[in-house]
Amino acid sequence: MSDKRCTEDEAVATLADGMTIGIGGWGSRRKPMSMVRAILRSPLKDLTVVTYGGPDVGLLCAAGKVRKLVYGFVSLDSIALEPHFRIARQTGSIPELQELDEGMLQWGLYAASLRLPFLPTRSGLGSDVMALNPMLKTVRSPYADGEELLAMPALTLDAAFVHLNRADARGNATFLGPDLYFDDLFLGAAAPGRRFVSAERIVPTEDLLKEGTFHTMRITRGMVDGVVEAPFGAHFTSCEPDYPRDEVFQKAYADAAVDADAWRAFHERYLEGSERDYQEAVARG
Amino acid sequence: MAEPAGTGAATRADVCAVAIAEAFRGDGEIFASGMGTLPMLGARLARATFEPDLLVSDGEAFYVAGDLPLGSDDKVIEGWIPFRSVFDTLWAGRRHVVMGASQLDAEGNQNISNIGPWARPSAQLLGVRGAPGNTVNHTTSYWVPNHSTRVFVPQVDVVCGLGYRRAAEAGAWIDAHHEIRRVVTNKAVLDFNGPDHRCRLLSVHPGVTVEEVVEATGFELVTDGVTTTREPTAEEQAALGRLDPAGLRHKEVRA
Repeated sequence: MSDKRCTEDEAVATLADGMTIGIGGWGSRRKPMSMVRAILRSPLKDLTVVTYGGPDVGLLCAAGKVRKLVYGFVSLDSIALEPHFRIARQTGSIPELQELDEGMLQWGLYAASLRLPFLPTRSGLGSDVMALNPMLKTVRSPYADGEELLAMPALTLDAAFVHLNRADARGNATFLGPDLYFDDLFLGAAAPGRRFVSAERIVPTEDLLKEGTFHTMRITRGMVDGVVEAPFGAHFTSCEPDYPRDEVFQKAYADAAVDADAWRAFHERYLEGSERDYQEAVARG
Repeated sequence: MAEPAGTGAATRADVCAVAIAEAFRGDGEIFASGMGTLPMLGARLARATFEPDLLVSDGEAFYVAGDLPLGSDDKVIEGWIPFRSVFDTLWAGRRHVVMGASQLDAEGNQNISNIGPWARPSAQLLGVRGAPGNTVNHTTSYWVPNHSTRVFVPQVDVVCGLGYRRAAEAGAWIDAHHEIRRVVTNKAVLDFNGPDHRCRLLSVHPGVTVEEVVEATGFELVTDGVTTTREPTAEEQAALGRLDPAGLRHKEVRA
């Protein structure tokens, strides 16, 4: 029986410059933030990031880690616009962008997870998503309808990171909140060897059903290569029902985007040490 | 329309909520999805009064039965609607969404992505989100809390939601399923059912003039037969009190 437990830094050490990484969660909800912080600590660069974007995007852009962003939106939910992402866009500092309809993003991950080259959809047709992404092509239905559809290409990932509520040491994991988001598809779209789950708590396998029904078991060990125990690992995003979004902290993070000095102070206070240093700094308030 | 059943006590926000609710009239048993305070209130108001079969959500992941006040978590869950099911529902066409619009143009194209040149926008906004998929799959309406020439522009900078010309050019299926039902603003109610799908001013809210709306719109409007937006009935006014006891609607629309 393989014990897949590892640390955030060990997981990030499997990555290389220029890789395509998928980040689970949605907006400012159940983001694998301790993994994002580990990437911030690493020397990695030129990443392609695929995400339903929240503060993962803001932080990685502010650190200059992103060469290409594949996304449908970037938002902090309770703060509609992500200020660090806005700065990155408004200063033209993200070299390549692939802005897609939210459903196209799902379809691309799903196609990759099914090993299909593309999946057909109507979402995106007629909008500027087509003009802004000239690599997108259409396909004609071979049946009597003959309809022309958008062929959403597979979004194949080199690595995926998701944060769940509970996991066992082998990679079975449960979501206890209201929405799985697309975490299973991020894991499915990623190359075996670099599919990582962080969890609030690692529990014995026999305890996985103690806090939820079998319907919560959407991530199974065949989808996972590494498991990281990360209490408050989604902080400051929400991780229901373990904790809500830390709105006070999120506001401080957003406010720190006003100028370079404010951001430097925030960075020094929270982001220059280990994950433990971060959690202790948050606890100190 | 005069205000035959009006109570006379309605605020502008009340009138807007009723106008958004009206956009859902006749929709039956589909997902009435409202993005933001007034759209969510409008959907719940429609369901609480004249469109009782609508499905409305808590804005997170659940369909709720009965009246759920804005900001309240005291809900009766009648179904589960995580994002994946939202996508399934919208691709199946069993949904009518009321979205925001940072820009809306003469053809009905909507922009929530960014303002200015794509490579280096003057203002980065949300991204296209679900607007491309929403508008090709089912009925869409828009809520604009600040009717002005900044929002109503001749041509949007990024086409997120499709207007009528784009939909027609995207193929027969999309053309047949695309509909911009209504645009409700803090001043007026509009649609795109003028000649050649030109934008038409349907009604101005009580206290607003047609000239004021024309002035605040950056393209030409069809202004034949403009009426006055109706005020809430007594039943609707009571429902608004139940559904928004804290008066959050008045923070969004102050007039």
